[in-house]
Amino acid sequence: MDIFEFYRKEQWPHVFCPGCGIGTLMNCFYRAFDELGLTLDKTVFVGGIGCSSRVPLYINSDALHTTHGRAIAFATGLKLARPDLKVVVFTGDGDLGAIGGNHFINGCRRNVDMTVICINNNVYGMTGGQASITTPHNFLSTTTPFGSKEYPLDLSEIAVAAGANYVARWTTRHVHELTRSLKAAMQKKGFSFVEVVSQCPTNFGRRNKMADSTAMLEWFKDNSVRREKTRAAALDHVDLNIAGQITIGEFVDRNRECFEELIGVEKHG
Amino acid sequence: MRTPAGEYFLQGNEACVEGAITAGVRFFAGYPITPSTEIAEGLSHRLTGKNGVFLQMEDEIACISAVIGASWSGVKSMTATSGPGFSLMQESVGYAAMSETPIVIVNVMRGGPSTGQPTRASQGDVMQTGYGSHGDYQVIAFAPATVQEMFDLTVDCFNYSEKYRVPAFLLSDAEVGHMRGLLTVPEEVKVVDRKEKGLMRQDEAYDVPDELVRPFPTFGKGHKTMITGMTHTDKNKIEPEDSKVHTELVTRLSKKVLKNRRDINKWEMMCPGSRTMVVSYGSAALGAKEVAAKDETVGLLRLKSIWPFPEEVVHEVASKCDRILVCEMNLGMLYWHIRRAALEAGCKKIELLSKIGGDPPTPSDVRHKLRAMGAV
Repeated sequence: MDIFEFYRKEQWPHVFCPGCGIGTLMNCFYRAFDELGLTLDKTVFVGGIGCSSRVPLYINSDALHTTHGRAIAFATGLKLARPDLKVVVFTGDGDLGAIGGNHFINGCRRNVDMTVICINNNVYGMTGGQASITTPHNFLSTTTPFGSKEYPLDLSEIAVAAGANYVARWTTRHVHELTRSLKAAMQKKGFSFVEVVSQCPTNFGRRNKMADSTAMLEWFKDNSVRREKTRAAALDHVDLNIAGQITIGEFVDRNRECFEELIGVEKHG
Repeated sequence: MRTPAGEYFLQGNEACVEGAITAGVRFFAGYPITPSTEIAEGLSHRLTGKNGVFLQMEDEIACISAVIGASWSGVKSMTATSGPGFSLMQESVGYAAMSETPIVIVNVMRGGPSTGQPTRASQGDVMQTGYGSHGDYQVIAFAPATVQEMFDLTVDCFNYSEKYRVPAFLLSDAEVGHMRGLLTVPEEVKVVDRKEKGLMRQDEAYDVPDELVRPFPTFGKGHKTMITGMTHTDKNKIEPEDSKVHTELVTRLSKKVLKNRRDINKWEMMCPGSRTMVVSYGSAALGAKEVAAKDETVGLLRLKSIWPFPEEVVHEVASKCDRILVCEMNLGMLYWHIRRAALEAGCKKIELLSKIGGDPPTPSDVRHKLRAMGAV
């Protein structure tokens, strides 16, 4: 598919800042989508509120840009009423883990066939850089001028514990691994979750001595550790995720029966 | 799959389930809450494995979200809740209004504020239904008073919601929801389906009422629709900073409901032309109905639809009577709308019989109040 067919040109120019990691993610997603040979007309993109949730607006397909935090709940209704459609949710750390945390946990548990892609930039970017639930311990933001005293939430570990069929975390520096995981996630039957640790130089890096995207990508490179090498550490890493290290890799790949099969909606569509 | 024609002895909430099935509901998402739970329980039996989806979500916000999502896939969808759950849904009610999503929300009202009286009736959510979400928008709300109306008005909720692409509410209460009574299901029930974009059927069901209502671009049919709660143009381009686009959009959303008020509004009139008129709705009207049936000097206007506010009929009644008594199970909500309309029509004496605590006003409550007003 031509890349200009993939994007919705009438929505241009886009809202993303120079150096934003969402462009990298969108490129990886386009590549994964194209290589899988999926069709746009049979795919629905759902987003909540925030920078990352704007992605569906720029893809030339049916898109549901919903309320803050509820994207998974909207997607659940959509998918169960039309099981023949492919549903992909784009969300961010605040949208998914803070205001939408309950829907995230229950989405993983319910295991409806959908792919959730969380662009985790450790900050509320659209509103100007407030601390989020994934802001690393002691990092600065506009609402934590003396450093965040809370500890970050590990979204991928929650997805594993809550029962998602596929969970992976990469950074925007790991584009090949990320593309591979996006493909695996979209092929997976059931709830698949890909967390992309992404740079926000404008609102996160700038306040934490990483004012451009290169500095942030360097930071990702230096602090990423493959999950299989950190199993012991991963069990007790309340201040990790970003502060000490970014655990990356495929967290889980299993085949629990998905909800549509269990309630039998697949048969009648 | 619709309910076979015939007579049934049912609870109000069960009649609502049959109404929804008859109207063609295919998706229900709910969360347990007294006194509306029977609707979820009933629909779990009637939908699961029968070409429909029943879903119990993690909270009421998720319920209304799932219902809106399902509606965009082209199926008729609904949820049912009560006071606290209804408050949680408000943000997405505004989303449904802004994105013009047809959905049905049943609110079996209970005593509030807060947890209040979970098992007792009230009419405390009237203003919240009309104005609960932020911003300007209009919705459609019906208020049933009997088991039969729980069926009939549920069907109407779906029909008007589909026709005008707005959220429609069934404002029942614990009294009507748990009341048992006779339900007659007729052979023919008028069912309206939404006009989908790209469909060229000329029959009545697919007729878009006017240019204010746009054909529905169902997902998965290649329309490349972009649905958003942000200010958007007709071509679904977001324009949150454009004051002209915002004005046009929000004005049209209100106008499509207000302009079609005569089509939407329903009421029951007893002894029209009496010098004394009682104006009421839902179970609060049942006491006054008994009074009006026995005393021909007292008339009754029972509103079956309360939003959009039935301006015309209240105006007509008020212009022909000396005094109006409004009966409500709250401390005065629709009263202020009725009072304004009646004063404009020239009626000078408009009083309120308000009763909260869970019991609807009895005939003697009504008679007592009318006596105090010097009416009987």
